[in-house]
Amino acid sequence: MARTLVQAPATARRGDVIEIRTLIAHSMETGFRSGPDGKMLPRDIIRRFTCRWDGEEVFSADLYSAVAANPYLAFHAVASASGTLVFTWEGDNGFAQTETHTITVT
Amino acid sequence: MTSIAEPTRRHVLIAGVALWAVAVRPATAAPADDLQAAVRAFTNGAPVRDGKVHLDIAPLVENGNAVPLSVSVDSPMTAADHVKAIAVFNERNPQRDVAVFHLGPRSGRAAVSTRIRLATSQKLIAVARLSDGSHWSSTVDVVVTLAGCIEGS
Repeated sequence: MARTLVQAPATARRGDVIEIRTLIAHSMETGFRSGPDGKMLPRDIIRRFTCRWDGEEVFSADLYSAVAANPYLAFHAVASASGTLVFTWEGDNGFAQTETHTITVT
Repeated sequence: MTSIAEPTRRHVLIAGVALWAVAVRPATAAPADDLQAAVRAFTNGAPVRDGKVHLDIAPLVENGNAVPLSVSVDSPMTAADHVKAIAVFNERNPQRDVAVFHLGPRSGRAAVSTRIRLATSQKLIAVARLSDGSHWSSTVDVVVTLAGCIEGS
């Protein structure tokens, strides 16, 4: 399991726009680099990131080789109701990871 | 006496120049067209206007391995008028796509940040698709002193 870092407020007022910042430890091997033996290193990247708020998608991203290692993503969401934020990263070689964050909306 | 088939130094030199012209020229001539093609593929051929989009990146980058990049779009982000997607393309990396962000009225604010790789000094373009079907863009030139995507990086 890759290490992840999710920064989002624990509480928010209804209707507020909150900022969510995520980071995941991943090499994002581009597939355009050669290894010590001169052979091209196979591509190994995270291709898709999704953020769902109680099952409803609020943000998603398609990532390519040009995204730096340990992909960092910052985006916004409207605090609608208390619930669980589910973050999913999916990528090459069957990479899949899910993190959750609970938020209380008053 | 030398035979006709035996290559002289001059022949080798001319052949080398010819080979360079064939092998290298297309690769350096292509990027701008590629970029246009990548943008067209995203917009499905729809016209792209300048404005509304703010592509924020340092104009002089020391290390191309992790370049902070922010994109924001002037939009109220309501159900009737919001940004559907933002795509970022580059001109001279091995691949034109950088990232595509999908947003909606639940996003609240059309502002996204990430970190990207830049292989060399080049042009970056961010294209936003709005809910009314229009496309807006912003172009930025970036100078990179240490390239990303190279060995040992």
